[in-house]
Amino acid sequence: MVRKRNFLFYLVQNRAFLLMILPAVLFFILFSYLPMAGIIVAFKNFRFDQGIFGSEWNGINNFRFLFLSGQIWNIFKNTFFYNTAFIVTATVFQIGVAVLLSEITSKFYSRFSQSLMFLPYFISWVIVGAFFYNMFNYDYGLMNAVLKAFGADPVDVYSSPGMWKYILVFFHNWKWIGYGSVLYLGAILSIDEEMYEAADIDGANVFQKIFRITLPNIMPTMIVMVLLQVGNIFRGDFGMFYQLVGNNGNLYDATDIIDTYVFRSLSQMGDIPMSSAAACVQSVMCFATISVVNGLVRKFSKDNALY
Amino acid sequence: MKPIRIDKVVFNLIAYAVIAVVALLCVIPFIMVVSGSFSTEASVTANGYGLWPSSFSVESYRAILTDPTSLLKAYGVTLFITITGTLVGLFLTAMTAYVLYRKEFRYRNSFAFFFYFTTLFSGGLVAYYLIMLKYYHMKDNLLALIVPLLLSPYYILIMRNFLKSVPDAIPESAKVDGAGEFTIFTRLCLPLMKPALASIGMFIALGYWNDWYQAALFIDDQSKFPLQYMLYKMITNIEFLSYAAGNNGIPTVELPHETVKLAMTVVSIGPIVLIYPFVQKYFVKGLTVGAVKG
Repeated sequence: MVRKRNFLFYLVQNRAFLLMILPAVLFFILFSYLPMAGIIVAFKNFRFDQGIFGSEWNGINNFRFLFLSGQIWNIFKNTFFYNTAFIVTATVFQIGVAVLLSEITSKFYSRFSQSLMFLPYFISWVIVGAFFYNMFNYDYGLMNAVLKAFGADPVDVYSSPGMWKYILVFFHNWKWIGYGSVLYLGAILSIDEEMYEAADIDGANVFQKIFRITLPNIMPTMIVMVLLQVGNIFRGDFGMFYQLVGNNGNLYDATDIIDTYVFRSLSQMGDIPMSSAAACVQSVMCFATISVVNGLVRKFSKDNALY
Repeated sequence: MKPIRIDKVVFNLIAYAVIAVVALLCVIPFIMVVSGSFSTEASVTANGYGLWPSSFSVESYRAILTDPTSLLKAYGVTLFITITGTLVGLFLTAMTAYVLYRKEFRYRNSFAFFFYFTTLFSGGLVAYYLIMLKYYHMKDNLLALIVPLLLSPYYILIMRNFLKSVPDAIPESAKVDGAGEFTIFTRLCLPLMKPALASIGMFIALGYWNDWYQAALFIDDQSKFPLQYMLYKMITNIEFLSYAAGNNGIPTVELPHETVKLAMTVVSIGPIVLIYPFVQKYFVKGLTVGAVKG
């Protein structure tokens, strides 16, 4: 009884705080925690009139259909490999550009080029989709205009699935190069200047300074950035794939990811059993990877763990 | 005077050159779209797009601006959701961060984890979609474009980290003077949070301005389309193009399809590119704060 009175006492004592935090708590219950509970729809025979919680259970039937359809392996494989390619290339390019930016002595040149590189971050994937159309459109696109000018045959990217891994990796890097390099540049600029001065006195060359001072010092930032992305390795960049690939069925083998598959089955085909099962597998996989990744980091360096 | 070293000079030249190439690659698509939008439809269909307009023309802009009703409507929707969403979202983010920052709040760590957990596990799209439709009645509801994007756990935690630089003594001394928590937050802490508010506000506003996903899920009524979603519909759907170009008397067949798409793209990027030089610093600041883990 004493315990209970204590709890009530604390509630009253903290009432102003609790009242102020209430809107945010309600928000996350309504838009995050209820949908979490709603994940059980994957185990139900959903009927709209009965709702998520009123529909009948049907065990693992939805999952059986999903696995029998054979799509699941492909979309998981695509999501995983595309994200891996994005993480590796983006980390290398962003750090590379940041190191080069830090070598540039002209303030104006550095600022101006950063502004230009940051620009793609500010536009939506819809607009990138419009850019893409201008470049790769079969009839009027820039690429084919150039190819024709040189007397070569025009290329139809929508019927060449093989090209898409390069296209998607390119656009991912194009969109994020400014964001990432500005972030890493911030980390480089916070390195103690004295280290470089000491290295100069010892006669170190540019490369020695980069590999022995710059890179080791931005390691913590890099680890956090890479981890955040590895934790989400089963969560695809829906906006990019949806806007660039569009509804081109013959590209799906090469470009379909979990998120586009779920969106399509849900909003275009109304196939709730399939889409809910795929979304459920994705949520569980995401949670598992992020927990494993964080566990590993915790083991090696507690400071860099996410929680 | 430091001696000039040859490796330093060579590396510097490489740095300038590579950065120039990367920066150019980043802006070329923008230039292409602008130049294409000022070309005639005939030259685009004959020669394709290029980096310079081969024949200067404003026919595409005339086509979309003669009767800009639907364009203005989409702008109105986007402005409305961006402004309301940013103001409300920013206020709630700051207030929540304030509560999590106050050491006197007994449950602050539990609540911080309650928010943070939503970044680790999610119910997925299907559950979210069905709940929004069935229980919150969000079909064709403008609230569907505003409310779900109000709060992000990351922004709350970044804001709280920023507040940690405010000494505890400030709210505590006000408390001794008899001020309530809400008053301390609005009168004392909000003014101190201005730099963080500017940065996070920019990120929230950009999120609203660029959002098309919520509209793709929940909005079917054309008069409620935000700008980005309208642009998407125009690029992928020719019939929609003539709706968006308005009743300007040009039959759909004769509408300069290709250049109108470009003009619409320019019209939707315009504000961002114009405001961008002035607000970029807030993003950079927010980004360097955010890089320190949440």
